[in-house]
Amino acid sequence: MKRIFQDIWYSVQDFLQTFGSSQLFLVRILAGVPAAFLRPGLIIKQIHGSGVLSLAIIGISGFFVGMVLSLQAYNSLARFGATESLGVLAALALTRELGPVVTALLFAGRAGTALASEIGLMRATDQLSGMEMMAVDPVRRVVVPRFIGGVIAMPLLAAIFSAMGLFGAWLEGVMLLGVDEGAFWQQMRSQVDVYDDVLAGILKSFVFGIAASLLAVFEGYNSIPTAEGVSRATTRTVVLTALAVLVLNFMLTAVLIGEV
Amino acid sequence: MAVREEKGAPKTAARGAEDNIAVIRDLHYSRGHRRIYEGLNLEIPRGRVTAIMGPSGTGKTTMLRLLTGQILPDHGSILIEGEDVAKMRRKQLYNYRKRIGMLFQNGALLTDINVYENVAFPLREHTDLPERLVRHIVLTKLHAVGLRGAWQMMPAELSGGMARRVALARAIAMDPDLILYDEPFVGLDPISMGVIVRLIRRMNDALGLTSIVVSHDVDEISSISDRTYLISDGRVVASGSPEDLQDNCSAVVMQFMNGMADGPVPFHYPAPDYGEQLLGRDS
Amino acid sequence: MQQTRAVEIGTGLFVFLGIVALFFLTTRVTNFDSYEGDEGYTLTARFDNIGTLKLRSPVSMSGVKVGRVSSIVFDDEMLEAVVELRIDAHYSKIPNDSDASILTQGILGGQYIGLEAGGSEEFFVDQDEIQFTQSALVLEKLVSKYLFSRGDKEDK
Repeated sequence: MKRIFQDIWYSVQDFLQTFGSSQLFLVRILAGVPAAFLRPGLIIKQIHGSGVLSLAIIGISGFFVGMVLSLQAYNSLARFGATESLGVLAALALTRELGPVVTALLFAGRAGTALASEIGLMRATDQLSGMEMMAVDPVRRVVVPRFIGGVIAMPLLAAIFSAMGLFGAWLEGVMLLGVDEGAFWQQMRSQVDVYDDVLAGILKSFVFGIAASLLAVFEGYNSIPTAEGVSRATTRTVVLTALAVLVLNFMLTAVLIGEV
Repeated sequence: MAVREEKGAPKTAARGAEDNIAVIRDLHYSRGHRRIYEGLNLEIPRGRVTAIMGPSGTGKTTMLRLLTGQILPDHGSILIEGEDVAKMRRKQLYNYRKRIGMLFQNGALLTDINVYENVAFPLREHTDLPERLVRHIVLTKLHAVGLRGAWQMMPAELSGGMARRVALARAIAMDPDLILYDEPFVGLDPISMGVIVRLIRRMNDALGLTSIVVSHDVDEISSISDRTYLISDGRVVASGSPEDLQDNCSAVVMQFMNGMADGPVPFHYPAPDYGEQLLGRDS
Repeated sequence: MQQTRAVEIGTGLFVFLGIVALFFLTTRVTNFDSYEGDEGYTLTARFDNIGTLKLRSPVSMSGVKVGRVSSIVFDDEMLEAVVELRIDAHYSKIPNDSDASILTQGILGGQYIGLEAGGSEEFFVDQDEIQFTQSALVLEKLVSKYLFSRGDKEDK
């Protein structure tokens, strides 16, 4: 029994340590952000790395999430004879919740792991020490551009996810299930708000972008320089990002709803 | 060549600090509970090839990291050109590092860019030279290590020896005063080994560098070093020219230089009595 | 260099797609157009109960959107809700005895304000108050009214 409490206590300590040191790392990164924009080439390369390469998985996932959303909602709405509300429902679900959250989770799996393992391998093969020896700060040269790339890519990916989701919802609802097209768009347009729904969703995914990119570069940068260390870092990236995104999502939603 | 050099070496060292590019005094360093250095003293003479040798686990690589300020000593001083590395501010430290080149065990080339860009990397990071000039420097350095023809290759396509030669070209790209080699001979075939040995000596003499080689390959070191330090148990146990070491009668030196399995460095890791343990009485 | 070019083209395409998606979401999916153009005039209306009317809910006449709700406050002296309506500038000929009622779109839809034209020769101008208003229908009240009226009948 005592052991269990001890184990819990250790993991609490471990969690707090990770949390604290990642925040300190964030401060270090932010200090390097302004200078990084002087070399846009490095950032473009990283937007490519985390954005373009995640595009396919985001687009396809968004499309199918939209389709299934339409299918499920149609059956429930049909009982009230309110199938024309399908558009509103899909648009609200996608822009407020599914777009930002699912994109962040997929981002963690696709781009986050790639970032963590790439930086971890650079650590394991002395590339980071090598840079330090060449008087180049690896945080500024390697970490900051990757962080910025992720933060820029995330909201764009979330927007693409939501747009593809709406396309899926439209295809399923209007084309296959026969919801009236005019009502679908009209109801959506009169009840979805630019600020409260769409921009709130974008704001969320921006915050998720910071969290997901930070955790990926943090885990990679601090990985133990062995093959096992790198694989642990990638696993931790996915787990921690998923947790962080879901917790942050609840907190942000509470704040955003409380405000309106 | 080594014979000609070694005669001068002790004399220059005796003349004082100005002829030593680096002086280490009373160095203590421990990692966790393990003491790595306990009162180590050594001097690195300018313009020479200095070798630091020792059995595995004596912290040879740690020495290089201490010399470059990546880690700080617990006690004692590391003076480079009269300045204490441990007391340097970040900017000062980076300026100092611009003047040293370091060759890592596996080369540590950046894997996402090709050979040319790897050699150009320090130039692009630290200078605003026009592309024409960068190209000129990069090709010169690559030519010096005999790999001008490989400029387009990616690091993953290079053999171990080639990667190390590219890393050497990168290390000298900024024309450093001091160059550090971390186990440059490990895992190379005899031909590549010969190439690296020749390059270390040639770079040192042609470019007027000071070289520090950390290694445990007795034969290769003997053929290029002007002065060798043998480290064991956190201290320098012997120093001098390779011939001096060969003639040294101390047991540790004899064991290391001749590669004997047992001696002051025991074959057996410390363990309880064999018979007792077999009988299960050790708990 | 060829590789850098591909990276740049890919990134450009990605950012472009992202911005197109954002543009689509803000303009095609939302009531974004209710924000554009601030030319118009403001009317006020007082209601006993506004139901679930919200900021930026539409204001329509004969089913055509003519403006939106720009503020909702509660007047604690008169104990009424005061709603400000922002009417688009080109609907400048609304008779000043028109009445405003709070209506519901569809069965699950949100609430909006419907203006019913009156017969006056004069038109509303900025800062006018709409005199005739009808509050939102509250389902519970309707039900109880119905129940009580039936109860009354049975008593006779």
